[in-house]
Amino acid sequence: MEDDAPVIYGLEFQIHIIDFDDENNIINKNVLLHQAGEIWHISASPADRGVLATCYNRTSDSKVLTCAAVWRMPKELESGSHESPDDSSSTAQTLELLCHLDNTAHSNMACVVWEPMGDGKKIISLADNHILLWDLQESSSQAVLASSASLGGKGQLKFTSGRWSPHHNCTQVATANDTTLRGWDTRTMSQIYCIENAHGQLVRDLDFNPNKQYYLASCGDDCKVKFWDTRNVTEPVKTLEEHSHWVWNVRYNHSHDQLVLTGSSDSRVILSNMVSISSEPFGHLVDDDDISDQEDHRSEEKSKEPLQDNVIATYEEHEDSVYAVDWSSADPWLFASLSYDGRLVINRVPRALKYHILL
Amino acid sequence: MAAAAAAGSSPGSRPGDSPEGPEGEAPERRRKAHGMLKLYYGLSEGEAAGRPAGPDPLDPTDLNGAHFDPEVYLDKLRRECPLAQLMDSETDMVRRIRALDATYTIRKMKNDFRKMEDEMDRLATNMAVITDFSARISATLQDRHERITKLAGVHALLRKLQFLFELPSRLTKCVELGAYGQAVRYQGRAQAVLQQYQHLPSFRAIQDDCQVITARLAQQLRQRFREGGSGAPEQAECVELLLALGEPAEELCEEFLAHARGRLEEELRSLEAELGPSPPAPDVLEFTDHGGSGFVGGLCQVAAAYQELFAAQGPAGAERLAAFARELGSRYFALVERRLAQEQGGGDNSLLVRALDRFHRRLRAPGALLAAAGLAEAATEIVERVARERLGHHLQGLRAAFLGCLTDVRQALAAPRVAGKEGPGLAELLANVASSILSHIKASLAAVHLFTAKEVSFSNKPYFRGEFCSQGVREGLIVGFIRSMCQTAQSFCDSPGEKGGATPPALLLLLSRLCLDYETATISYILTLTDEQFLVQDQFPVTPVSTLCAEARETARRLLTHYVKVQGLVISQMLRKSVETRDWLSTLEPRNVRAVMKRVVEDTTAIDVQVGLLYEEGVRKAQSSDSSKRTFSVYSSSRQQGRYAPSYTPSAPMDTNLLSNIQKLFSERIDVFSPVEFNKVSVLTGIIKISLKTLLECVRLRTFGRFGLQQVQVDCHFLQLYLWRFVADEELVHLLLDEVVASAALRCPDPVPMEPSVVEVICERG
Repeated sequence: MEDDAPVIYGLEFQIHIIDFDDENNIINKNVLLHQAGEIWHISASPADRGVLATCYNRTSDSKVLTCAAVWRMPKELESGSHESPDDSSSTAQTLELLCHLDNTAHSNMACVVWEPMGDGKKIISLADNHILLWDLQESSSQAVLASSASLGGKGQLKFTSGRWSPHHNCTQVATANDTTLRGWDTRTMSQIYCIENAHGQLVRDLDFNPNKQYYLASCGDDCKVKFWDTRNVTEPVKTLEEHSHWVWNVRYNHSHDQLVLTGSSDSRVILSNMVSISSEPFGHLVDDDDISDQEDHRSEEKSKEPLQDNVIATYEEHEDSVYAVDWSSADPWLFASLSYDGRLVINRVPRALKYHILL
Repeated sequence: MAAAAAAGSSPGSRPGDSPEGPEGEAPERRRKAHGMLKLYYGLSEGEAAGRPAGPDPLDPTDLNGAHFDPEVYLDKLRRECPLAQLMDSETDMVRRIRALDATYTIRKMKNDFRKMEDEMDRLATNMAVITDFSARISATLQDRHERITKLAGVHALLRKLQFLFELPSRLTKCVELGAYGQAVRYQGRAQAVLQQYQHLPSFRAIQDDCQVITARLAQQLRQRFREGGSGAPEQAECVELLLALGEPAEELCEEFLAHARGRLEEELRSLEAELGPSPPAPDVLEFTDHGGSGFVGGLCQVAAAYQELFAAQGPAGAERLAAFARELGSRYFALVERRLAQEQGGGDNSLLVRALDRFHRRLRAPGALLAAAGLAEAATEIVERVARERLGHHLQGLRAAFLGCLTDVRQALAAPRVAGKEGPGLAELLANVASSILSHIKASLAAVHLFTAKEVSFSNKPYFRGEFCSQGVREGLIVGFIRSMCQTAQSFCDSPGEKGGATPPALLLLLSRLCLDYETATISYILTLTDEQFLVQDQFPVTPVSTLCAEARETARRLLTHYVKVQGLVISQMLRKSVETRDWLSTLEPRNVRAVMKRVVEDTTAIDVQVGLLYEEGVRKAQSSDSSKRTFSVYSSSRQQGRYAPSYTPSAPMDTNLLSNIQKLFSERIDVFSPVEFNKVSVLTGIIKISLKTLLECVRLRTFGRFGLQQVQVDCHFLQLYLWRFVADEELVHLLLDEVVASAALRCPDPVPMEPSVVEVICERG
């Protein structure tokens, strides 16, 4: 996976595995059939590259039920360097079901999140107003409900999205329901913080800053992207208003957290440089073992003003609403976006910015 | 002599002329006249003329003879002359007598003088005798005289001595009687002598006594000075006397000032009492009057008296006075400022300006006296500060007025509507707000204009001529207010508006129009008015009208955009709820347009009316006639079906995408929250775009049964029927509604569309 950046996205009943060969600029596609139903959410295990979880709609007799399950890809696709057949769709392979996240007690699964940096044994699913923590046992062939919590309150509360914080020894999960953001402690399954009215309208997505504790980005139907310090829930650290319609996705770059990617139903993908609230507000800090003349060079740079937050680029390749964006887990300068019309666009961070960040 | 000349001959003829003169005319008379002159000068006629055979001097009838006998002469005349000759001789006689009279007087005077000379000579002789005698007497008296002089000297000395000996008792008496001036004069007279003769025991004693008394006197004077019941003039007198007694001037200065301080502090205390917490304090004009006459007047007196009394003290003394004035002045200023601070709340400037005028004017006098103390400068500073504060106050007032207007508007908007009276309110409200703000601005301008009135003493200070007008009034007050107005208006876009309901949308609309009006006309009007009233003439840079207009326009734009967002959100929420809460899989075959769609159309119409009250229509793209029906029929039959028909067969899902992508290539991208223009069509287009986009996104998140899809079809057709008329480009509505139906079809496992004709029938029915 060094050079290749597999991207997985879901389309009715199929999972396409796209291999992007960075060196040769070649895209390979492998199709996996997902016969259980229409996929609404997908997430890959952090520990086992062949394992993924999906939320899918099962339609039965004028009823739609969203379920969640853990699957394993066929072995040969895991490698990534595998040569794909010419016509991938004709040789579609089937996913191997590992286990269902049994939702008979609970209703629709909105999303499934894996414990980041864990051993791929813990998984959290959001079902309507419940937050469920599962233990995957016996090589993930069995999911046992470890603990759960539910939102009390009036009305039909429904979780829309959730993320597992990579900080604090992975004991925190943040969820979004309607306009509210909530933080949960997975050990006690109790609420730690709550940002009421984080957005004017529905919160669509959120993401944790991978390098800076307490920092959280959220986006929603008010066309805004907000950055929060969860220690101060009264007001956001920063607000972006670049999109002209609902923002469906927000993603921090895994390595350089000043790079923030957002996708919106105004058909645009925007890459922003949020230096001032990143973990490197004064640029890249030098390691101790750097040679002295470089140190001098650095000190000059550091004396500069903190860099300005700005929009790096607006990508307008999509013709319809963009519903998913994400960074490559292999190459920090690569990202993909997916729109309603089925178009997947892979982009790179502009070279100039890349060098600016690296040097 | 004059008479003789007149009687004698003509003035031109002199004695020497006779030989040449006419001989025969009256030689006899001429000779007589000569004769008389000669007689006068003591020459006998015979001698002078040297003529022989003159009449016999003894002849008694000779008139000029010494032996003339009038009787004989008359007898002779009577006897000898006939009457005519007698008459002639009488006339002649009278004439002659007349001439003779003068001649005789002169001769007599000459005699008298001669006699007088003699007598004078005799007097001189007598005087010489007397002088001689007198000298002799003087010499005799000399000795005695000297003795008398000596005695007189001794007497004077004795009197002085007596004065000295009596001095203690006199002084005591004076002190007892309170005639301090007298006492000091005595003391002053005796001082030197006593000093000189103090080696003599008796004088010594007197001096000691005097010193004791003087000390007492000084004591009493000081006492009197300290008691201070008397006014400043008596005070001054005391100081004068004490100075004359040789008291140390510096100490007196101190004491004088200390005393003055006491009195002035009393003034200050009474002023402070007027300040007091009790409400019925006198108005500020009265206060400054009191301060002016009481404190400032007192200070003037003190300063004048001090300068008079202690002029000899030189710069050190002046410095002491200046320090004194500075200290008390600063306390006075503190009081005045406290009082003025109480005025800050008031709305009336005229009283304040008059009070400041008095205050300032009053302080110019001591300012001249005490230039070093800088009281006038400090007073000017206070006035400037107050003026600044007033500007700030007026700015606050304007802001408050603006907020008040907004509150009124809110109330008017929130007030329960009387049926049929809903419409025209908004335009009226706008007019009310605009005129109310304008009148407030004008009132504020008029109020601060008082500060620059010609008759006000401080209006010619550089601050009031320059900075006050440009930076204070124009920038601080007017520009500041317009900016703050824009900010206040913009703040409605930011914080609470997110939740939708906090700011009534109508208020946003109204504010937007207000700002736009400001941009087009009001700002330049107000600034022109300001520039005219306050002839701005200094070099400070001022905000140009264009900048301010741009700000106002930006505010108007943001407000209108926000209005679109808010209204769009309201309709979006309706549509969203209607999509999200319905079970689209198990819905029944559509019989009606859903109520929510009717509601959407109603609300949109209401918004159209509302916006129409304040904004012009705007430009639409040219439309085909009766476009609603025909367009939709095309849309629902050929184009729409053509688009999603292939997707019935699940085998070719990519074709749908391909088709829709190709179509999109040829249609413009719809910017949902695009900038709004200042007209009704643009506003409505924005709102409808937002609403339909929401509908689209919501539909995409659901799964539809066959009838669910058909219901969407019906709903969209209904919207199409009614919404096209509101937007600039009806194609936009078509596109979005197309998208909605196409998306619903994609989200439908059993996509069987309804017959277009049925759709039309249902829509027309309901």
